[in-house]
Amino acid sequence: MIYNEAIPAILIGLPLLAAFITPIINLASKKARNAFVIAILAIEELLIILLAWHVFTNGIVIYTMGAKNPSIVPLQAAVPVRIVLEIDGMAAFMGLISCTVAMAAGIYSIAFIKEGNGKARYYTLLLIMLAGMLGMVFTGDLFNLFVFLEILSIASCGLIAYRQHADAVEGAFKYLVVSNIAALFVLFAIALFYAQYDLLNIAAIANAMQYTQLDKIALALLVAAFAMKCGAVPMHFWAPDSYSTAPAAITAMLVAASQASLYALFRVCFTLYGSLMNYHMIGIAIIIFGLLSMFIGVTMALPQKDIKRLMAYHAISQTGYMLLGVGVGLYLLGSSDFNVYGIKAMEGGIFHIINHAMYKGLLFLTAGAIYYRLGTRNLNEMGGLGHTMKFTSIYFIIGALAIAGIPPFNGFASKLLIYEACYKVSPILSIVAMLVSVLTLASFIKVFHSAFMGPKMHDVKEAPKSMLAGMAVLTFVIIFFGLFPGWVVSHIVHPAAMALVEKMAYINAVMGG
Amino acid sequence: MLETGFGYWDAIAWIVAFIVICIVVYIIRSMGKKEHRKEAEEPFFSGVELPDEKVHVKASNIYWGFIESMKGYYDVMKKMHDGIINNYISWFVFIAVLLLITLFAKEVIP
Repeated sequence: MIYNEAIPAILIGLPLLAAFITPIINLASKKARNAFVIAILAIEELLIILLAWHVFTNGIVIYTMGAKNPSIVPLQAAVPVRIVLEIDGMAAFMGLISCTVAMAAGIYSIAFIKEGNGKARYYTLLLIMLAGMLGMVFTGDLFNLFVFLEILSIASCGLIAYRQHADAVEGAFKYLVVSNIAALFVLFAIALFYAQYDLLNIAAIANAMQYTQLDKIALALLVAAFAMKCGAVPMHFWAPDSYSTAPAAITAMLVAASQASLYALFRVCFTLYGSLMNYHMIGIAIIIFGLLSMFIGVTMALPQKDIKRLMAYHAISQTGYMLLGVGVGLYLLGSSDFNVYGIKAMEGGIFHIINHAMYKGLLFLTAGAIYYRLGTRNLNEMGGLGHTMKFTSIYFIIGALAIAGIPPFNGFASKLLIYEACYKVSPILSIVAMLVSVLTLASFIKVFHSAFMGPKMHDVKEAPKSMLAGMAVLTFVIIFFGLFPGWVVSHIVHPAAMALVEKMAYINAVMGG
Repeated sequence: MLETGFGYWDAIAWIVAFIVICIVVYIIRSMGKKEHRKEAEEPFFSGVELPDEKVHVKASNIYWGFIESMKGYYDVMKKMHDGIINNYISWFVFIAVLLLITLFAKEVIP
């Protein structure tokens, strides 16, 4: 297979460079601008597949910025010099999610975002957002992670406010405040590490970690900050406000961005601290976050009348499944039970991350297609859209069945892993998870009935082709993952789960040994 | 085939089983009475005559009973989701403090 050691750097650099070229191409031709952005996103998708395949078959990839030999980290007195990109199975897995959702969002936006309203800037910010996400998951440097977190937050904020309506600006403002305070907590935690160890590299800090009082403070700050950024209850309040007001394609991207924060949370817990911390206690804390997110998310979704707000609450609820699965894995880490069902719980939680990005992305895109044609997000003003928007209806049904965990779609496979593994820890965990799935199905039946069923109430056409194509990308992944979950788990999910568990492999890739 | 740790899940086998069940259902259905009764199509709502025009139940009316029965819960939840950013941040700080207390609990509590 064609593989180049510079691919990790290209994956971050290319969208960053393309972001600033896009407005220049826009001056020459709108069509050329669209083609350029889609080509960049397609190249990104191709490159991440190459990189992921390489990582899943050959192990961790290191790229040292500015080094003569980028695959070797220069060490001076056990201190890694330069910024290091470290891509293990989990980072490659998250990169796949980011690039796939970005490609679907880019294609969808061709028709969804109308010309003459700063569309070049829209694409610029979308590409920066992608660079931010990839930077966050690829970097092996904590300060660099903070920088990419900020890049991602600022680009996201600009895109949430893109429509410049009062509610969009309010949603963006809330996102900005929450993101900045979370980022400051992260920065403060980084300062605590730097003050103690003179290090910023994740592997080097993990290697030198003493688990001092300051490290405990840093852990609380990091867990709280990343849990808030991923929308865990009770720090989720910003999510419905921001998700519902952003353009639909950006909401799909925001789901992937939240998952980049989820990745950071897992990286901190498993790699940075690992067995040094009281992982039973942190595991229980993450399980509680998960249960609260699942239940409060879904019950708050049920009475919603705004289609995107309803879906936003479901995004919170689904994040709960991921936290539950990985939390159970963390709780069992180090015990003999971990190899029996702890790893399965983690696989379920991690599999759910990619499944959720795909079906929730798809559902937000279908909501966007409805908004594009009707100009409203209010479910009370909808009805009978299935008569004319047939493809959108089908995409919605697929997304809704997948999120509710109905076989044979992908959501079922990941939820099955979570149900079974959690049952061994406590049957109550599985019962709550199943109850939440039932309520999720009920909620989406309400949306389907309100929007697509009933007599024809609106004389609207099907969504434009590019929007349907964007939805088709995510639908393809949902069906493929649903039909072949065994292959996906063994080739993609298991290496990602093991990358989190095998802390020493991550450390040794940088520090040697 | 997905190995779950306690069993297996095979989506293809499920689809095949689903198709077979659909065929069996279709065969059983086709063995029923062939004659058509027009009145069987009419829904019966406790003797109430239904209007001729087509009606559509609005989203606000769906699950009204469920939401009404959980009114106490939803009143608390609505209060929490007040849209005020200061309160959002207060929750964040509260959780951070709670995590700190949890992490230091062993040293504080003998």
